[in-house]
Amino acid sequence: MNIVYHGIAVPDMKQLPPDWPGGFFWHWLVFTVIIFTFVFTLVMAFTWVERRGLGRMQSRLGPNRAGPFGILQPVADAIKVLLKEDIVPSRSDRIVHWLAPVVAFFPALLIFAVVPFQNGALLADLDIGILYVVAISSVSTVGIFMAGWGSSNKFSLLGAMRNVAAVVSYEMPLVLAVIGVVLIAGSLSMNQIVLAQDIPLILLQPLGFLIVFIAGCAEINRSPFDLMEADSEIVAGFHTEYSGMKFAMFYLVEYAEALALSAIIATLFLGGWRGPVLPPWLWLVIKVFAVFFLMVWTRTTLPRIRIDQLMALAWKFLFPLALINLAITGLQVVAWPDALPWTMIIVNFAIAAVLIVLWSRLFKVGWGRVEV
Amino acid sequence: MGLVIAFWVLAVLAILSALGVVLLRNVFRASLSLVLCFLAVAGLYITLSADFLAAVQVLVYVGAISVLIILAIMMTRNVPQGNPSNKLAIPVFIVAAAFLAVMVYAVTGTAWPVSTQPPLEPTTAALAIKLFGEGGFILPVEIAAVLLLAAVLGAIVVAREK
Repeated sequence: MNIVYHGIAVPDMKQLPPDWPGGFFWHWLVFTVIIFTFVFTLVMAFTWVERRGLGRMQSRLGPNRAGPFGILQPVADAIKVLLKEDIVPSRSDRIVHWLAPVVAFFPALLIFAVVPFQNGALLADLDIGILYVVAISSVSTVGIFMAGWGSSNKFSLLGAMRNVAAVVSYEMPLVLAVIGVVLIAGSLSMNQIVLAQDIPLILLQPLGFLIVFIAGCAEINRSPFDLMEADSEIVAGFHTEYSGMKFAMFYLVEYAEALALSAIIATLFLGGWRGPVLPPWLWLVIKVFAVFFLMVWTRTTLPRIRIDQLMALAWKFLFPLALINLAITGLQVVAWPDALPWTMIIVNFAIAAVLIVLWSRLFKVGWGRVEV
Repeated sequence: MGLVIAFWVLAVLAILSALGVVLLRNVFRASLSLVLCFLAVAGLYITLSADFLAAVQVLVYVGAISVLIILAIMMTRNVPQGNPSNKLAIPVFIVAAAFLAVMVYAVTGTAWPVSTQPPLEPTTAALAIKLFGEGGFILPVEIAAVLLLAAVLGAIVVAREK
C-alpha cells in the first residue's frame, strides 16, 4: 500500500516488521531508498510550506501559480535551477569548489540513518545514536568552509567564517541540552530514547527543548541566525559564487538540515513515532512538520540579529542555561527517579520560566555597541 | 573477508591522505587531506568494534580540531604557495625516516597479545562503567576537565589585550 504525497508515492513503512528479515543488504537497500524518498519528498514539501507560510504571515500570497495552491512550485524551482548555467569563478580552487556541495550534503543525509520511523524501523539502530548525529553533523561545516574558500571571494569567506563561529559556539549548548534527554532516557540510541518516552520529553525538559531548538536553528543558518548568508551584508555568504546544480545542492542541504533538525527534535522531545490511532511513520511526519512550522514562524517573526548578538546569545544566555538545566536534570534523575510525572512537569516548567526570566533580566544582548 | 577489505581500503586511504598532508603545496588542501585522514582512522575504529571511539574521533578531530586548523589557515597569507622551504628539509627527512624505521621495527617485532573474547556489543555502557564505576578513573577524568578549563583560561589571558 502506498500513499500519494504531493504527487510522489511514499512506501508505507508500517508494513516493515521491526526486525526486517531480508538480511543485511536488503535492509540496507530498503532503508536507503526509504531515506532518500523521505528526504527528497519532505524537502520539496518544506520549501512549499516555507514559501506559502511566509507569504501568509507577511500578508501576501506566496507562490500560487504552479499547480493547485502552488504545490508544484518546488518542481518548477528544481527545473529552473537545473537549467541554469554552472559558473565557476576563474580564480577559484576548482576541485574544492566542486567538492564543497557534496561534502556539505552527505552528512545531512547520513543523519537519517538513525532516525526511527517505527519501533526498530531504521537503517542502523546504533548504540551511540545521538552521538553519531552530533558527530556527523559537525562534518557539514567542512563543506561550507570548502565552499567559502574555494570560491576565492571575500563575501564567501566571510560567510564561512561566520558559519564556523556560529557552529562552534552553538554546538555546546546544543549538546549539553541533548545530554539532559539522554540522562532521562538512559540511552544514546534514538530508538531507545523514543521507547523511553511514555510522555513526550518536551514536558519534562521544556528548557532543554528551547535550547536545542534555538541552538539548532543557529547551527543550520535558519533566520534569525542566518548571519552567514545575510543578503544585506555579504551578498549570499558562502554560496555567493555557486549557480546551477551546485547551488541546488546547497539549497537542498539547507532544507535537508532543517528536516534533520526537525526529525531529531521530534524524536528526542516529541516522542518520535509514538502516538495513538495513526500509523507511527505518519506521527513522525506530523511532528516533523510541527517543528518545521515553528521554524518558519520564528523566521518570519524575528529580524536578523547582529554577529555580536549571536555570540552573546550563545555564550551568555544559552550556555549557562544549558549547564544549569543539565545539573538540575541530573539531580532529578538521581534524587527523585520515581517522582510522579505531572509533579515533575510542573516543577520543570516553573524552573524553566524562572531561569529564562532571570537570565533575560541579568543581561541584554548588545545595546548597539560591540563589547571587547 | 569484508573486514579485511575494509581494513585495507581504509589503511591505504589513511596513508595516502597523510602523505597528502605533507606533500601538498596548498595548505588549505593539505588540511582537507588531514580531514580525510581522520575520517579513515575513524573507519578503522569501526572495524575494531569501537563505535563510541569512532564517533568521538569524528566529533573531536573532524568537527572541532580540523575546523579550527582551517580557520587558522584562512587567517594566514599565501595559502596556495605553502610554506617557503628552508635548509632543514633534508635533516628533517632523515630524522623522520629514522623514526619511521624504529616504529616499523617495533610494531612488527612485538608479539601483540590478541584477545580471544568477542567484542562487547553495547560499548557505551561498558566504557562508562570502566571510567566512572568503582575502581575506575573518575578522578583522572575530572582532573583532565579542570586542566582543559585552565588551558582555556590561559589562552584567554594570553590573547587578551591590556
